[in-house]
Amino acid sequence: MRYLPLSGADRQAMLARIGAASIDELFEDIPENVRMGGLPNLPLHAGELDVERQLSKLASKNLPASSLPFFVGCGAYKHHIPASVDHLIQRSEFLTSYTPYQPEIAQGTLQYLFEFQTQVALLTGMEVANASMYDGSTACGEAVLMAHRITRRSKAVLAGGLHPHYRAVVETLSLHSGHGVTALEPIPNSGSDEIISAIDDETSCVVVQMPDYFGGLHDLAPIAAAAHERGALLIAVITEVISLGALKSPGDMGADIVVAEGQSLGNGLNFGGPYVGLFATRAKFVRQMPGRICGETVDAAGRRGYVLTLSTREQHIRRERATSNICTNSGLCALAFTIHLSLLGEAGLRRLAELNHASAVGLADALSEIGGVELVTPEFFNEFTLRVPGDGAEIIERLAKKGVLGGVPVARLEPDRPDLHDLVIVAATEVTSKADIAAYRSALAEVLKP
Amino acid sequence: MTRKEPSAATRQNEGANPTYSGNRGLLIEEPLIFEVGDPAASGVDLPDAPETASRLGTLARRAPIGLPGLAEPQALRHYMRLSQKNYAIDLGLYPLGSCTMKHNPRANEKMARLPGFGDIHPLQPESTVQGALDLMALLTAWLTELTGMAGVALSPKAGAHGELCGMTAIKAAHDDKGEQRSVVLVPESAHGTNPATAALLGYGVRTIEARGDGTVSVEAVKAALGPDVAAIMLTNPNTCGLFERDIVEIAQAVHDAGAYFYCDGANFNAIVGKTRPGDLGIDCMHINLHKTFSTPHGGGGPGSGPVVFSEALIPYVPIPYLMRDGAMRRLVESEGAAEGRKPFGRLTAFHGQMGMFVRAMAYMLSHGADGMRQASEDAVLNANYIRASLRDVMSQPFGDQTCMHEVLFDDHFLEGTGVTTLDFAKAMIDEGFHPMTVYFPLVAHGAMLIEPTESESKASLDQFIGVLRDLAEAAKAGDEDRFKRAPQLAPRQRLDETRAARQPVLRWSAVEPAEAAE
Repeated sequence: MRYLPLSGADRQAMLARIGAASIDELFEDIPENVRMGGLPNLPLHAGELDVERQLSKLASKNLPASSLPFFVGCGAYKHHIPASVDHLIQRSEFLTSYTPYQPEIAQGTLQYLFEFQTQVALLTGMEVANASMYDGSTACGEAVLMAHRITRRSKAVLAGGLHPHYRAVVETLSLHSGHGVTALEPIPNSGSDEIISAIDDETSCVVVQMPDYFGGLHDLAPIAAAAHERGALLIAVITEVISLGALKSPGDMGADIVVAEGQSLGNGLNFGGPYVGLFATRAKFVRQMPGRICGETVDAAGRRGYVLTLSTREQHIRRERATSNICTNSGLCALAFTIHLSLLGEAGLRRLAELNHASAVGLADALSEIGGVELVTPEFFNEFTLRVPGDGAEIIERLAKKGVLGGVPVARLEPDRPDLHDLVIVAATEVTSKADIAAYRSALAEVLKP
Repeated sequence: MTRKEPSAATRQNEGANPTYSGNRGLLIEEPLIFEVGDPAASGVDLPDAPETASRLGTLARRAPIGLPGLAEPQALRHYMRLSQKNYAIDLGLYPLGSCTMKHNPRANEKMARLPGFGDIHPLQPESTVQGALDLMALLTAWLTELTGMAGVALSPKAGAHGELCGMTAIKAAHDDKGEQRSVVLVPESAHGTNPATAALLGYGVRTIEARGDGTVSVEAVKAALGPDVAAIMLTNPNTCGLFERDIVEIAQAVHDAGAYFYCDGANFNAIVGKTRPGDLGIDCMHINLHKTFSTPHGGGGPGSGPVVFSEALIPYVPIPYLMRDGAMRRLVESEGAAEGRKPFGRLTAFHGQMGMFVRAMAYMLSHGADGMRQASEDAVLNANYIRASLRDVMSQPFGDQTCMHEVLFDDHFLEGTGVTTLDFAKAMIDEGFHPMTVYFPLVAHGAMLIEPTESESKASLDQFIGVLRDLAEAAKAGDEDRFKRAPQLAPRQRLDETRAARQPVLRWSAVEPAEAAE
């Protein structure tokens, strides 16, 4: 077996030093009646070529985003990733290292985490950020728990534009940890008034996604002001981090905690994971923040260096009194994010955001010219909602048969809301070409032909 | 022109060989991107955006962000230099107990990057991702066969997330039966994530002490059980590297008390192909794919923590989960669609760490049934070989007994030397080794937990053993200074962690903290 270096002779010599007659002797603590006699009922070992063939066969049954006109978003986005990103994250020293418990020999990881935290704080307009979370949705769930701790209240108000999966994650965590949730109706273009009127003196936080999951834009400032007036916090959620290159930052609009899905920078679609959750907040709340945090310090010789810090918040020190049970972050995905963003820089990010917006505007204009198709979200960044004449899921399926992956039918995310089943959410990015837009337009026109 | 002298700090720091630059041969000092980059610079060439009327309304960004950019060669060099300040499994033995730093095959990376896996969207039509769902079904089949369990939740993002998944299912099962139970039993040797997870769900934690040999006795469990107990969370093999001998009786006692048995599967890698959790009476267990099935840890993640369940808990498994619909596979993504089940909810957006599923599947197919059992045997053999080779110079908290995949030492052998576990670990760094896990588990004084994994050759183990013997003897011989000053040969000497926590500097800032305070 190519991954196992010991030879038969090695094993014998090692058993002799141990003083065991056979390998089975080392497993004698396993009660005999539950010890496996034979091998598991699975195939035997296979060579690299064989494994590649087996897995490639499965991969070939899927339609990759790059192989056709592609407009699917809703929390994960198809972007172009510079080749150097994937090259660098596959450096053994990054790929095959562990959590930086021994900082003297993990300065590479720690310094990029420090850079990552700074980039996230700048992007979101916040003062501090952690070293990443599993993904945007779990970051959102943790943010709500953090708001409960800070305000000593336990009711979260979720705006209707929060991604339904994020809503479900918050509801699941809240339900089983004894907290309350008020989730508002998922209606496109619902204004701030509805959110504001749901805030009361029991409310710990208001969770608002921007752009919302229909693609619509919201000024968070009045919501923040209303929340603060009642002693509640504003949690801003971002699922398309590129939007921060074109839109006001949540920090500028008064958010107290910002969580985001960072996949769009540096990370591929990967059928939903691994991704990277961003988590940023105000400095005064840092000791209530979940997750790993990297900080600057000096070594015994006075040189600048970095360590994991404020670990008295964490489970390995505080056990049942920790701020979270989280142990792993998303280190390698955070590295991909930070490299991609370092390559882009501010100028590149802004340009990229402009391109995304222009693609989406071009697409929205082209599709809403088709009879019966209506653009539901007048203001948007790179994703918008269309009302189509008919069942959205069926139309998306028929478009797929014509070689266009046309977006996400709201029916997939809100199966219990038939009133929303004529809506589809459509995304465009810098990879969307004019030809892609033309292909979508003609395929949709054909599908809708009576 | 006067000759430039190395700065005072550099002279003091670099011992006999000060340098002018602060660089040390191949170890090059590297500033932060914020100190070298420029917001106007970019390493990505993008076309001009076509002229369109903005639909951003009043929310368009006007304020600058302050993000530096680097040209591509600068970026490559920056991250290359950073990479060279890291230890890695590809460089040498990485004996972090409980963390399982084993070889990460590059074939797995190649497979995860096939466009058919890496470039598919979680919400594209199911008809266009049947191969991805096939892979998830294949992983399910392998995990359930290896564990002897009835089903699996694939979505948890890491081990602790898996704990949350399993424990929430247990809570849902009790709720479903109308039972109010408020306590979870956790042995003192448990990972910190176990009590933290129980507390997150509102449970109180009752600690069970280990007996003299480091394991949990069925008597201790019985004494702690009662009608208020919802579950026990037990790691097996435990964090002392020992198989819990009473586990079958413990499971029986737990079930007799109407509670459930959660197994922390962090150490499953010791027993794959040797015994099956399902046969031990376990109700649910998370599997750290990034440990047992070798998906790379990447400096602290991403992980992946699928949870296997017994028949009793299957109804409560969270969405999404796989089902078959004629010739098609589908994902059940909403609670309303889960016929005959009572899923406890959703733990994350989308379907889990697909990239890790592919890597783990490549690992499992490569090893096969025979290779996985051999891997467990070699991991256990390697740990015992280290134990047998160091037992005369180091000390074990529970006496010299056969261990599983990791061996636990304590600091008894350092008594009177002035050298602490931390000093000992730092001296290993100067010798070119990553230290073992230190000060965990808490049941051993000054714990040193060594997990070599099956990836090490005998020659590599012998070299490691030789270094530890030399260091143990040096400590006993009174060479305290070597340990107190260590590490001297790493990119940094010992870092001031107290200062980092007391005066937190958590990001770069254009303004010096002192000025900012004014």
